[in-house]
Amino acid sequence: MSMSTDHPHVIDVSNLSISLKNDNNSIAITRDVSFSIGRGEVLALVGESGSGKSVTALALMQLLGGNLSISSGQIVLTAIDGYSADIAKLGRNGRQIEAIRGARMGMIFQEPMSSFSPVHTIGAQIAEVVTVHEDVGRKEARRRSAELLAKVGIPDPVGALDRYPYEFSGGMRQRAMIARALVCGPSLLIADEPTTALDVTIQGQILDLLSKLKDELGMAILFITHDLGIVAQMADRVAIMYAGSIVETGSVREIFRRPSHPYTRALLEAVPRLGDIDERRRINPIAGSMPNLFEPPSGCRFHPRCPVAVHPRCSLERPPTFGSGGRLVECIHGEAELAR
Amino acid sequence: MDASAQAPRRRWWLFRRQPKIRRHDLASQWQLMWWKFRRHTLAMIGMVLLGLFAAMVIFAEFISPYPPFERNPAYVAGAPQIPSVIDENGNFRWPPFVQGLKAERDKKTLRLNYVPDPSVKWDVGMFVKGEPYRLLGFIPTDIKLFGVTTEGGFMHLFGTDFTGLDLFSRTIHAARASLGVGFVGVVISFILGAAIGGVAGYFGGWVDNIVMRLIEFIRSIPTLPIWLALAAMLPRDWSPLATYIAITVILSLLGWTWLARTVRSKLLATRQEDFVLAARLSGCSDTRIIVRHMLPSFMSYLIVDASIAFPEILLAETSLSFLGLGLREPVESWGVLLFAAQSIRSIDQAPWLMIPGVFVIIAVLAFNFLGDGLRDAADPYTR
Amino acid sequence: MTRFLMRRLAYTLATLLLVSLVSFIIIQAAPGDFAEIYAAKKADAGAVISAAQIAEVRRELGLDQPWYVQYGTWLANAARGDFGQSWTWRRPVGAVIAERLPLTLAIAFATLVFMYVVSIPIGVYSAVRRYSFGDHAASLIGYLGLAIPNFLLALVLMYLSQRYFGQSVGGLFSPQYSLAPWSWEKLQDLLQHLIVPVIVLGTSGTAFLIRAMRAAVLDELDRMYVLSAKASGLSPMQLLLRYPVRIALVPIASTLGWRLTYVISGAPIVGVVLSLPDMGPLFLNSLLNQDMQLAGALIFLYCALTIIGTFLSDVLLVALDPRIRLE
Ligand SMILES: Nc1ncnc2c1ncn2[C@@H]1O[C@H](COP(=O)(O)OP(=O)(O)OP(=O)(O)O)[C@@H](O)[C@H]1O
Ligand code: SF4
Ligand SMILES: [Mg+2]
Repeated sequence: MSMSTDHPHVIDVSNLSISLKNDNNSIAITRDVSFSIGRGEVLALVGESGSGKSVTALALMQLLGGNLSISSGQIVLTAIDGYSADIAKLGRNGRQIEAIRGARMGMIFQEPMSSFSPVHTIGAQIAEVVTVHEDVGRKEARRRSAELLAKVGIPDPVGALDRYPYEFSGGMRQRAMIARALVCGPSLLIADEPTTALDVTIQGQILDLLSKLKDELGMAILFITHDLGIVAQMADRVAIMYAGSIVETGSVREIFRRPSHPYTRALLEAVPRLGDIDERRRINPIAGSMPNLFEPPSGCRFHPRCPVAVHPRCSLERPPTFGSGGRLVECIHGEAELAR
Repeated sequence: MDASAQAPRRRWWLFRRQPKIRRHDLASQWQLMWWKFRRHTLAMIGMVLLGLFAAMVIFAEFISPYPPFERNPAYVAGAPQIPSVIDENGNFRWPPFVQGLKAERDKKTLRLNYVPDPSVKWDVGMFVKGEPYRLLGFIPTDIKLFGVTTEGGFMHLFGTDFTGLDLFSRTIHAARASLGVGFVGVVISFILGAAIGGVAGYFGGWVDNIVMRLIEFIRSIPTLPIWLALAAMLPRDWSPLATYIAITVILSLLGWTWLARTVRSKLLATRQEDFVLAARLSGCSDTRIIVRHMLPSFMSYLIVDASIAFPEILLAETSLSFLGLGLREPVESWGVLLFAAQSIRSIDQAPWLMIPGVFVIIAVLAFNFLGDGLRDAADPYTR
Repeated sequence: MTRFLMRRLAYTLATLLLVSLVSFIIIQAAPGDFAEIYAAKKADAGAVISAAQIAEVRRELGLDQPWYVQYGTWLANAARGDFGQSWTWRRPVGAVIAERLPLTLAIAFATLVFMYVVSIPIGVYSAVRRYSFGDHAASLIGYLGLAIPNFLLALVLMYLSQRYFGQSVGGLFSPQYSLAPWSWEKLQDLLQHLIVPVIVLGTSGTAFLIRAMRAAVLDELDRMYVLSAKASGLSPMQLLLRYPVRIALVPIASTLGWRLTYVISGAPIVGVVLSLPDMGPLFLNSLLNQDMQLAGALIFLYCALTIIGTFLSDVLLVALDPRIRLE
């Protein structure tokens, strides 16, 4: 998992596996996930529903709940202020991880509707993040919150501080959510499908806002989405996830021009051709369905759906990973594909 | 206003589970409920307890060693006698026995005290001969479940009251009136609730509005004082049976609101559903639609409500009778028996008079357990 | 917000009016009217009363008027605190009740405080440590609390304290304080005596509230905003108290009116068993003696207390839940 970009890495994830413990047996939800993101870089994590994108995002902040836990791997955060730690070792609770959450890493979720408490004001919920992490008074925290609200484009930011979430529209709420995630100037922003619940025009505005803020604040973004259109617009690099593994990574250009994994190709073919721009370019169903994680296929997990599978090899052993740096493919044809 | 109308809760990770056909998908609604219910340990305990109560009601004469109104002048306000198989020397003895007793007058207080008479032991046996009675009301017999076999001996498992009546036999018999009030009360509440709630839910509009206001009103007034006042208005010279019926009606008069609410809201919800529409299009009458199509679709919720209403009525009757405003002798309910335990003086002398209260608690617990199990079983969102 | 409160206020007033009508009906429904009772009393005392005299008394008291006129008079008088005469006490009903109302209120208030103070932490604990030993213990106690009739609990507590502490728990004051003027010691004495009634009256409500709080917190723990607050760095305790618990308090507060109804409803019987000098024994005796003027006034008061309490809980709800203010 060596360097791929000229940016210093903010986060370096290597061989991250997450498992679900269930009546004494444990099921792997993700296997050996590795990626890294540099300053000012956007990595898009793409994959079908249930492939493990959200779980990975939550693991980065030690937010896995219930029976899910990190079973192996490293998550090395190197914040802009020089702070560095392996999050996988920090455990779910405690001062250290709390000092990272919200301050060095921010997260925004898919549902702007329910991500705010309905009975607290927007201002209180943003200012809280400041007072939790920094030794500042309430006045200062409020001022900072208003500043951020202005930055994310909320009109009358000072007045908005005292309004309640239900007084905001979905788009406004998502802006406020971004303000909350960014108010302490994090080095990494995790955005888990931040625009899925919004309509198309608002979606565009939010994406523009995120790009602008990224350039302004110089943070790294892990951007999770289904939508390859958004990927093309937002991301610098892409990681394709299938059934809990990252099967291919590369720059946007490489992935769109020369997809090397059969799954990536299938994803791209499922997208309407360039030109049908109005379409919401969601991933259309690919023949077959996502494997049941409780009974995963042997060997390459994609083999039951793979058009170029080599029998019986693909169903017997896990394929090797080819490539180097930021360009990796996990497929037996990987070497040939990359060389093409 | 409604607290449940909060931001939608999404267990967002639950959405993508792979569906798999299991036994569940092929079972009927009732079968499904039964499977869920069976896994609810407390509910099963409740069922067993209620089974025991049912046996008590049906076989009261058989279970109780004495008729409920037979005085034992030789043992007044006597403590419970517990049979034992270990004698005073620590030796095993069969058959079980209770210690013989003799009365002694306390020199100072002049009260009769009963002290053990070590020379006398009374044997206890099963299926012994007692007073003749009719089992189930028509089979003449004189076999009792248990009793003392020694001539001249007696055994009062729960002791006796201030008139020498056997508290155990009375408690067993009192299950009839107590559970009877609860049962009849629930039936009346059920009918009232289903009728009123049905009308409100089916017609909607202003009818619904009036009914809802009425329910809200009844709910916002404290029930016990009203019950007390209504019960106090019953003429004293009514026969015990008339009083019994009147008390039951009074108790259900204020208890129907829960059922009515459920019926109404479910009716409003199902009114729009396809099968009702289909029934209406095919020309069914209103009553027929309500009774044949809509009621069965939410029967399970009504049963849950009924199982919750039952203990409330039982508790209310007990409280009323305890205060002397509910049922009265010669009708026996647990509350009536507890009436004797009203003053601190009497419970200080004979604390066992509170035993019927234990039966009330167990009965209420059994119904609450059952209600919880039913509620979980009827809720399609629990597994 | 004002619209919501105005609506609730109007509703409260309408309910009060309805309750007054019910109370009046109860007074009227009892066999015999005041004039006849009065005559019977006089006759007991040996006086000879003619039918004409009864009619005279009846006219004086307005008992020959149609019921709605009588109701109007009764209501108008009641509004001024005049509920007529109690024949068992031979004093104005208002004065008899006024002596006992403060203690009734004190008990009800203390019980409410007890219930919420005990149940909220236990409920939160049960939710957070679901299926732990403590949770199971709390739910067992909860089941028992709901199943034990108030009066039985009162009896048992009385019996136990008589037997093991040699102290009678009846009444609200020890003998030496019952007639003494108010002092610090008297207040302490009162609080000590309040413990048993409060436990008795509060147990079932506490049991209910523990369950409700547990369910409400469990409901909230699953919500997205809890995760998103956690993602902004709150410690588990801060998180728990500021979000799920705070929000779970909304449905809990909305049950305050009901809880009060239950407490008030249970109060008479507990008052009787523990022989408290509150409205309970007064109420029971007035019913047993068919002193309907007194009984009617007491019913009205019991109902009025719960209705006003419900209104206050609505006000509290507005304070706790901003969404209501929007209306
Ligand atoms: N708390 C949990 N308990 C059990 N299984 C879980 C839990 N959370 C996630 N999973 C499982 O982990 C897998 C990955 O879920 P995840 O939410 O990460 O998918 P996703 O890629 O984010 O999908 P989507 O695009 O729908 O958000 C799914 O199969 C899901 O069933
Ligand atoms: S390893 Fe085999 S099955 Fe898997 S993607 Fe490559 S060719 Fe297909
Ligand atoms: Mg997701």
